[in-house]
Amino acid sequence: MKENTPLERLYNGVIKENPTFVLMLGMCPTLAVTTSAVNGVGMGLSTCAVLMMSNLIISILRKFIPERVRMPAYIVVVASFVTVVELLMQAYVRSVYTSLGLYIPLIVVNCIILGRAESYAGKNPPLASFFDGLGMGLGFTLALTVIGALRELLGTGEIFGFRIMPESFEPVSIMIMAPGAFFVLAILTALQNRFKAPSATNRSDKFCSGSCSGCMQKNCGFRERSDEE
Amino acid sequence: MSKTLNVSISPHVRSRETTATIMADVIIALIPSIAVGVYVFGARAFAITMLSVVSCVASEYIYEKLLKKPITITDLSAVVTGLILAVNLYSTAPWWLPILGGAFAIIVVKMLYGGIGQNIMNPALAARCFLLLSFSRIMTDYPRLDGVSSATPLTLAKEGVYTPVRDLLLGTHSGTIGETSAIAIIIGAVYLCARGIIKPREPLSVIISTGVFVTLFSVIQGRPVTLDFLAVHMLGGGMLLGAVFMASDYTTTPVTPWGQVIFGCCVGFITALIRCVGGGTEGVSYAICISNILTPLIEKLTIPTPFGLKKERGKK
Repeated sequence: MKENTPLERLYNGVIKENPTFVLMLGMCPTLAVTTSAVNGVGMGLSTCAVLMMSNLIISILRKFIPERVRMPAYIVVVASFVTVVELLMQAYVRSVYTSLGLYIPLIVVNCIILGRAESYAGKNPPLASFFDGLGMGLGFTLALTVIGALRELLGTGEIFGFRIMPESFEPVSIMIMAPGAFFVLAILTALQNRFKAPSATNRSDKFCSGSCSGCMQKNCGFRERSDEE
Repeated sequence: MSKTLNVSISPHVRSRETTATIMADVIIALIPSIAVGVYVFGARAFAITMLSVVSCVASEYIYEKLLKKPITITDLSAVVTGLILAVNLYSTAPWWLPILGGAFAIIVVKMLYGGIGQNIMNPALAARCFLLLSFSRIMTDYPRLDGVSSATPLTLAKEGVYTPVRDLLLGTHSGTIGETSAIAIIIGAVYLCARGIIKPREPLSVIISTGVFVTLFSVIQGRPVTLDFLAVHMLGGGMLLGAVFMASDYTTTPVTPWGQVIFGCCVGFITALIRCVGGGTEGVSYAICISNILTPLIEKLTIPTPFGLKKERGKK
């Protein structure tokens, strides 16, 4: 697939470099808010909205932002959009807003958003950056929804509030407590490795795929060269 | 080459003791407690115990078979895990509870960390905590004795009712399958100490420190500390059982003598904290699990100086 096209960015964000399952970024909201599928969707979509807009603006401003103060500049952009999203959620989806609580303002320091700004939006044109944000955001939403749905199913016997399990099923409440998040994420990652899907420990690409965005390789000559250019 | 001239690698002096013989001794020591449990709570207690053991052994066998690892069920450690899990359950538990608990203990807590000797917590206790957090309603469903008393001595003590010491010693009161009779547990403890499986300092440090901290916290809170009150705390809960069979586990407790004493005091402190200050009635299983996590730190603090070396001052 051609690099940096909108479709390729979407595929990259949702499957190839899924922020939760492959890059293992943003673990704090992933583990903390996924007590139900609704919370997972809410957190995922609000992060997605912030990610798209911040990627777009940072990409437009990438020529103006001085190298030295890029982090504060990124934070200002991200924080502005988080405030917008927070106020919108407070106004229109009050129940999700209350159940996510502190984790909405914390989107500002979400490492997926800063990571995409630093490794992608700061170097690439606006359209591709926008779709990179959309892809990553959808990947994050997908991951959080899957984890949230599994935890809700085992912890309460419901998904999105609809009864799935038979009445005789005794809810395993630990699944909607903190340990349950670790159990579910660990089992999903183990399954990824078992079926050789891309994951943090089982990267399908060779040493370098030519794309630095999301590459975890440190001391890589390629990155230094591209930075110098 | 003849056997006498055979040059072999160490160890040259072998003990007849194997994992299986140690585990067999632990099983023998648990028999009195389980027997009392079955006598007091009926055949259902026996069924729960058997289900738990079968679940543990089967989980270990299936896991090792699926992962093509050597089968280790003959070392009896899974049987011990199953028995310890069972003595921590109420006899009113539904049939699937010990099965789920046993599978969790063996697969998640023991095998995923690398099998026997590698687990970070006592598998049976971790499984009990898992069940307690998951199914709090079922796990606090006390068995009814004679249709009258249903709460455990510790729950009653919170309301100011103290169970007679005679009942506490004999085990004719409500509680989990193995924790009721103090005498049965002490018989097991004496057997284990006599066989050299555990050192008396391990259970003793837990028992003494629990008594000290319970008294301390109660005095601070201005509650009257009577003999009846202390007797319930010392004999009525799962503390004795935990001190003898769980705070002496080889894998998850320190190996150094002073480390074992510190470990015991940790368990006693956290138990007293949960019982007297916290909202719960019993906290021995949490106390031991938390102390299990502290074990590497305690061992680091109490590394003995090798023979012939001076203790380095000012350095840790």
